[in-house]
Amino acid sequence: MSTWLGMPPFPEAAREALADTQLRANLRAATATIRAKRAAVVAERADWEQLREAGRAIKDRALRDLDTHLLRLEERVIAAGGTVHWARDAAEANRIVIGLVDAAGADEVVKVKSMATQEIELNEALAAAGITAVETDLAELIVQLGHDRPSHILVPAIHRNRAQIRDLFRREMPGADPELTDDPVELASAARAHLRRKFLTARVAVSGANFAVAETGSLVVVESEGNGRMCLTLPEVLISVVGIEKVVPTEADLEVLLQLLPRSATGERMNPYTSLWRGTTPGDGPREFHLVLLDNGRTTALADEIGRDALRCIRCSACLNVCPVYERTGGHAYGSVYPGPIGAILTPQLRGPDPVADSLPYASTLCGACFDACPVKIDIPRALVHLRTKVAHGAGERAAMGVAAWTMAGPRRFALGRRLAAIGVRLARLPGPWRKWTEARDLPVPSGETFREWWANREGPSGRP
Amino acid sequence: MRVGLFLTCLNDALFPAAGKAVVRVLERLGHEVVFPAGQTCCGQAHFNTGYRRECVPLARKFVADFAGLDHVVSPSASCVAMVRENYRELAGQSPPVFEFTEFLVDVLGVTDVGAAFPHRVTYHPTCHGLRLLDLGDRPTTLLRAVRGLRLLDLPDAAHCCGFGGTFAVKNADTSVAMGTDKARHVLSTGAEVLAAVDNSCLMHVGGLLSRWRSGTRVMHVAEILASDP
Repeated sequence: MSTWLGMPPFPEAAREALADTQLRANLRAATATIRAKRAAVVAERADWEQLREAGRAIKDRALRDLDTHLLRLEERVIAAGGTVHWARDAAEANRIVIGLVDAAGADEVVKVKSMATQEIELNEALAAAGITAVETDLAELIVQLGHDRPSHILVPAIHRNRAQIRDLFRREMPGADPELTDDPVELASAARAHLRRKFLTARVAVSGANFAVAETGSLVVVESEGNGRMCLTLPEVLISVVGIEKVVPTEADLEVLLQLLPRSATGERMNPYTSLWRGTTPGDGPREFHLVLLDNGRTTALADEIGRDALRCIRCSACLNVCPVYERTGGHAYGSVYPGPIGAILTPQLRGPDPVADSLPYASTLCGACFDACPVKIDIPRALVHLRTKVAHGAGERAAMGVAAWTMAGPRRFALGRRLAAIGVRLARLPGPWRKWTEARDLPVPSGETFREWWANREGPSGRP
Repeated sequence: MRVGLFLTCLNDALFPAAGKAVVRVLERLGHEVVFPAGQTCCGQAHFNTGYRRECVPLARKFVADFAGLDHVVSPSASCVAMVRENYRELAGQSPPVFEFTEFLVDVLGVTDVGAAFPHRVTYHPTCHGLRLLDLGDRPTTLLRAVRGLRLLDLPDAAHCCGFGGTFAVKNADTSVAMGTDKARHVLSTGAEVLAAVDNSCLMHVGGLLSRWRSGTRVMHVAEILASDP
């Protein structure tokens, strides 16, 4: 799989994506379908707003005493026969996982779909250590076989249509039928046969987790295909890499979160497979269980009073599916494993400033559709505006905004600015950055009296009309 | 009632008709309109682009400009939302601002302003009017009461038009892609006029409709409501 290194900032990456007509069609169809499904299952819950509020409160409570909950989780996991590792960053997490795979004497691992391991680019680190990682989620497998990057949190191959996937399987999947059609059942069967061989031979599995329960030491994986459960139960060694923000205080909290997640994510009342496990059980499932708790920028985000709201995210992707920007550019333009509105506030916080991360808070019109859809009520527009204040603004823009603020400081200055603006809009092409406006759009040319002239005349000596 | 007019800088510079229309409608309904001449800008462009510090003096100036007025009305949902959502934090107080259609329906209790506009119109609910002010069906209720006006449903009406303030130039390609879809939907209705409660969004979609020589024009809702019976 290729990494995100060397991606251009959002505006340039978006320009390329927007020109890809097949991508536009794929995204339009896929996001419209998921949006409609979500809207239908959300509408049937009269208490949806209360559920969202409960979800927000649970995640906020977890984050408020994160240290306490994490230590409790560690204690319970150890008591249940597991081992807990703490990883400060991606490099440390990858080192820990590689060490565990080496210790198990394995050179191949099967993987449950996991954002945390994508975030730390575990597959690339494993490959560099001579270990093959096999993605078992169908969409992640499509991405992996295509030497591609995921473009959606939940549906990582959303940018591909059936015909493209058929071609990819024929070309890249060992033993695939050369007569394979683009029938979804045939495609899934081909993947099933391919993966079955892997499940039966793999000795180590790597997963993430949707939730980690401090009270009991239980981990939870929510999925659709059952391939995750194969990974969680068949291999001898299970390694789960979990962001520290995934902890929830009690098992009762899952009642709320497991209702919010599938409805927001796939538009289902309930997802097909929910796996809960605790440590190890003799004679049943993996003999060894390792939990790698990952920081990788999360404590930095937690220190930011507004930015920390992003840590409530349960990775449902509802914000991606309703985002008008995402729908048109797709996920790759965001230059990060976390695309869309949540990515635009998560990536800059987890990764720190760089040209791509600095461009992301601006990849939004602040339309607010994401906030409305978020099952844990993350005010994404507010966080975007907040993160924009932290970006290093270009000198030209800073100067322009300074001049604008000076102009607006008084009516006389403003009147001058208005006259200049009136001259400006008479030009077919505006100068400087404003040229971006007139390249595709006309500007209205105001004619006749200005409002102020009109107002002054009607209030003049002749009195009101 | 004595009502302050918050024109907004954009309307002041480029869309004088919206301000004149608000004055005409309110006076026709028997109210006195006051225009504090020192007003300039609410600071939304600065605030939303990440120039919070530069925005604070503008917010303080706004509060001073409109001091003493119990009702401040504006033909911009977006600027009203800026003041309502952020001024308590920026300027220590939240002036009593109302979006024009919200003021007519909620404060004055008027849903028929006695206008006539014999044209096919489609309405785009702008994002800040829809999601920050919860304007709901207030603008369309007012439009439906206009004599001769035929209101046509806009497909995917609640989808953003792609203006987004400085987004329109910082991410011009994405902005135009979004605006193109919005403009296409507008044309699919067969409307002569696209109406909305924000001239910023209308400037964007209207800029495309004009560049395409589509024959469909944009108007602020206030202008339609001000048309003579």
